[in-house]
Amino acid sequence: MHLRDIAHARTGDKGDTSQICVFARRPEDFPLLERALTARRVADHLTGLTPRRIERHVLPNLGAVNFVLHGALSGGVTRSLALDAHGKTLGAQLLDMEMGDA
Amino acid sequence: MSESNPMTRIRIGAGAGFAGDRIEPAVELIEKGDLDYLCFECLAERTIALAQLARQRDPAAGYDPRLEKRMRAVLRPAMERGVRIVSNMGAANPLAAMQAALGVARDLDLKGIRMAAVLGDDVLSAVSGQDHPLIDRDGTLADLSPISANAYLGAFPIARALDEGAQVIFTGRVCDPALFLGPMIHAFGWAEDDWTRLARGTVVGHLLECAGQLTGGYFADPGVKDVPGLARLGFPLAEVTEDGDAVLTKVAGSGGRLSLASAREQAMYEILDPARYLQADVVADFTSLSLTELGPDRIAVSGARGHPRPEKLKVSVGYRDGFIGEGQITYAGPGAVARGQLALEIVKERIAMLGLPVEDIRYDLIGVNSANVTVHAGDPAEVRARVAARAVDAATAAEIGAEVEALYLNGPSGGGGVTTSLREVVAVASVLIGREVVSLSILHEVS
Repeated sequence: MHLRDIAHARTGDKGDTSQICVFARRPEDFPLLERALTARRVADHLTGLTPRRIERHVLPNLGAVNFVLHGALSGGVTRSLALDAHGKTLGAQLLDMEMGDA
Repeated sequence: MSESNPMTRIRIGAGAGFAGDRIEPAVELIEKGDLDYLCFECLAERTIALAQLARQRDPAAGYDPRLEKRMRAVLRPAMERGVRIVSNMGAANPLAAMQAALGVARDLDLKGIRMAAVLGDDVLSAVSGQDHPLIDRDGTLADLSPISANAYLGAFPIARALDEGAQVIFTGRVCDPALFLGPMIHAFGWAEDDWTRLARGTVVGHLLECAGQLTGGYFADPGVKDVPGLARLGFPLAEVTEDGDAVLTKVAGSGGRLSLASAREQAMYEILDPARYLQADVVADFTSLSLTELGPDRIAVSGARGHPRPEKLKVSVGYRDGFIGEGQITYAGPGAVARGQLALEIVKERIAMLGLPVEDIRYDLIGVNSANVTVHAGDPAEVRARVAARAVDAATAAEIGAEVEALYLNGPSGGGGVTTSLREVVAVASVLIGREVVSLSILHEVS
């Protein structure tokens, strides 16, 4: 099972910070999301990113876990050399995470 | 509470979510949305710095270059239906934006339209040379050579312009949700310390500010999250009560889909700490926010909490930061990845040989690792080698594209489709200033 089977995501950016919010498709999937989707697992999956720090916020009211990746965008949209300088594609890449059989 | 009483319930539409947004969804909202207000968010963080450069070249420029086109499309239907317009299309020159819109009104023979420009966000002369610390990284303002400095104003100046009778309002930099909060404050008379209502109105404004991103744009994922009619995506509107609760919807027959999932995604879009969403007027707390599906394309919003506004205002500072040069070339067929990699190695060696003084350089294989940051398996059928570098001077940056183009005759076999580009970097940093630095004024004129 992949994260995409139980979740959807939206990605935004503020300067050099990337923000990825992951949402449970069904309310019954939220406990698994909350348990399995740690900051460490996010960092380990997005191996090509080198954020200074990852913040994690849990929002049971929206069935969501929000990740704030500080310093992840090579200086941000105005000066990054990356093709996807906003990092808009990151959430979709996160959804490819293997969740095991949990 | 009567639905027909404009003081207890207002309808606000989102006419644009960025400067390049489609124009006809705003017209559709005016014609079918039974709106009281239509707000256009058209000012990205860096846009105002670019607009300031345009204004330096031409004192009558510096506002959104698509303003006349949008106004030509919406002004008549909006005025006929009593829909008032609020936009940050004023960018670096709200006064010139108002003059341009008045010109459009005269061209269309629309007389008696009351327009206003909100001035005061431009604090460049007040902060230049000051040593305010940068809030997003090390250093101070004194380290930069700013070309623009604009404070994020709140919603109260917009509300005041509406109180004074304006039907069309242009601002420069304001907090994006404030474009929508301004009409609510005007209609309901919310106080400056009514943190709960200001937070609820801010959340509604935040949900609307990216327009089609609420109604199915930036959302579709075929087979998993399907959205009908994206080519005629309908933009959202909110019916807001005097308590700041709202129902989000879109007009019947428009494309897209407003679902619980799309509303949740947009509620959290670009929210860092959800308990502390900092705005000029309030700190909004999303952790108690409730979104409920009332029916197809109808979502109820309630429950956000508010805390007192931050003491200081955020200022976005634009500054010149060198040049970025770039070149790309495509390889296809068997061995495409290896040939693409060889192309990158050749350019890398050339840049070292020539001693090009680049500040930073990046080598990508599009199709393999340009956007992808995960472990990747399997070779694609085609790749595009890409080199991008930043340099202090334009001539150095331009050499990057030239080196990639030279691969046509001097690189691996079968390289095609070279493109090159060169652009000046206008970067953005942020500082905080005291509220007293802003000197606000609102100018009115009638077409």
